Amino acid sequence: MEIPEILEIKSIVKENYKVKSFYFYKNIKAEPGQFLMVWIPRSDEKPLAVSFLNPLGITVEKVGLFTTQMFQMYEGDKLGIRGPYGHGFKLEGKKICLVSGGCGIIPISLLAEKAKEEGLEIISIVGAKTREDLFFVDRMKESCSRVVVTTDDGSLGMKGFASDALKDLLKKEKVDCVYTCGPEIMMKSVFDVCEDEEIECQASLERYMKCGFGLCGSCCLDDFLVCKDGPVFNSDQLRSLSEFGLFKRGKNGTKGFF
Amino acid sequence: MTLKLNVELKGLKLKNPTILASGILGISKKMLERVAKSGAGAVTTKSITVKPREGHNNPVLIQVTKESFLNAVGYSNPGLKAAKEEFKDLKDFPIPVIGSLVGANAEEFSYLTENVKEIGFKAIEIVLSCPHTPGFGVLAGHSTPESTRDITSAVRKKTKSPLFVKVSPNVMNLGKIVKAAEKAGADAITAVNTFGPGMTIDIEAEKPVLGFKFGGLSGPALKPIAIRCVYDIYESVRIPIIGVGGITTGKDAIEMIMAGASVVGIGTGIYYRGIDIFRKVCDEMKDFLESHGYSNLDEIIGIAHRD
Repeated sequence: MEIPEILEIKSIVKENYKVKSFYFYKNIKAEPGQFLMVWIPRSDEKPLAVSFLNPLGITVEKVGLFTTQMFQMYEGDKLGIRGPYGHGFKLEGKKICLVSGGCGIIPISLLAEKAKEEGLEIISIVGAKTREDLFFVDRMKESCSRVVVTTDDGSLGMKGFASDALKDLLKKEKVDCVYTCGPEIMMKSVFDVCEDEEIECQASLERYMKCGFGLCGSCCLDDFLVCKDGPVFNSDQLRSLSEFGLFKRGKNGTKGFF
Repeated sequence: MTLKLNVELKGLKLKNPTILASGILGISKKMLERVAKSGAGAVTTKSITVKPREGHNNPVLIQVTKESFLNAVGYSNPGLKAAKEEFKDLKDFPIPVIGSLVGANAEEFSYLTENVKEIGFKAIEIVLSCPHTPGFGVLAGHSTPESTRDITSAVRKKTKSPLFVKVSPNVMNLGKIVKAAEKAGADAITAVNTFGPGMTIDIEAEKPVLGFKFGGLSGPALKPIAIRCVYDIYESVRIPIIGVGGITTGKDAIEMIMAGASVVGIGTGIYYRGIDIFRKVCDEMKDFLESHGYSNLDEIIGIAHRD
């Protein structure tokens, strides 16, 4: 049934100055990269990536009205949850590279945990604007054999973009597949690097979502529905997209160029 | 299978009688192309308004029972100017594209009709029946015979394209409304819009679930109401009917056509059977016609009215 289930917040963990994780009294089964529609009654409902499974947890960056309202909540408060929706990441090969930018680390860190369980060798590149924006780096270190941190301003790790670090890495060694989530421009660069190196890539894309189950068309990306056909797309699909890295539609359907 | 499902709707040639209903997926030309590839006979755009509209806050579409959904999207669309850009170059589009227009009054409808001419929609559908958007449809009083007459004749003056008028099931005088549309020059009636409005309250949150609190009901639960409306309309007017409401299978479509529809619209059905529901419904309709000794759809339109 495509209707929210009200869940009580079990605990809230502050991840950094603008990121919190919310845990619920519920375990779920979901693929890394799948998302939930999270409802604040009388306010709005937004798609958020699954961050933890047992117990269910979501991790949220405070960016607008909706997330500000979430940040005012306490343990025992209630949120509506429906999902999980969409197609998540598919693990391929024996050695993989995970590339995240900003909040993109949320589904990527869940993917890292799954990949570790399956015995894969994982190298990860964690990008952020600046040192204070980083979170989940320790969570990544628990799953990955190597974690490379990049910051745009060089305040921690390598100075530069995550895609640059990927380029350097792929010059030295090969991986079977690259998984990425983050700002679209970053993912486009990551995909381009993968194309140059002829390495498979899976990227988790984002569009303005309303229904979440493939009817309203709000999240269209070329002729794909991000909610149903995505949010994770593979290299073949990414190659076919004319809108990837170019524009996304807003709440009213107007194109906003990156 | 030699049996063909092609139909002609007031000069509009369709390879089959399934049409993507307005409001579902029709946000971009590329999405409409995907629906065309999935076997639809025609597609309808999301409704176009003069100015961009964000619509209501989420949730805008929820499921309330296994067989019913409530929606209150609120005509979210990027507006006329963006629509002209989005849907330009429809010349090579494989199937007819129907432009759905919605205005606050006869002047706006007329303005929209005039201004979408350059797009080249094969038909225009005017929506006088939305149950959940202030300033439009039922909430603007458009679901009366007088308003239907005024808006339809204003639009009729601006276009020679086939003109469809989409009506609400939530009226007691449906016969008078569709007669008014026919008299004012409508070429077909699209029946019906969503039912209600209805509401669902989450008893844990103690709040209505839809962002707009109430919304129109769609899905299989709407089918008997849509069938009854189409049956009534068939008795009231001579123009063809586009039957919409709860169609998910070929048998549903056959039932709608027996009630008096010439073609059928499909929307929420996509949830149950995927975007290629159009191809599936057509195949099932062919199976039914063949196994019952019919050679084309004309033979069963309105057959339920015969003594």
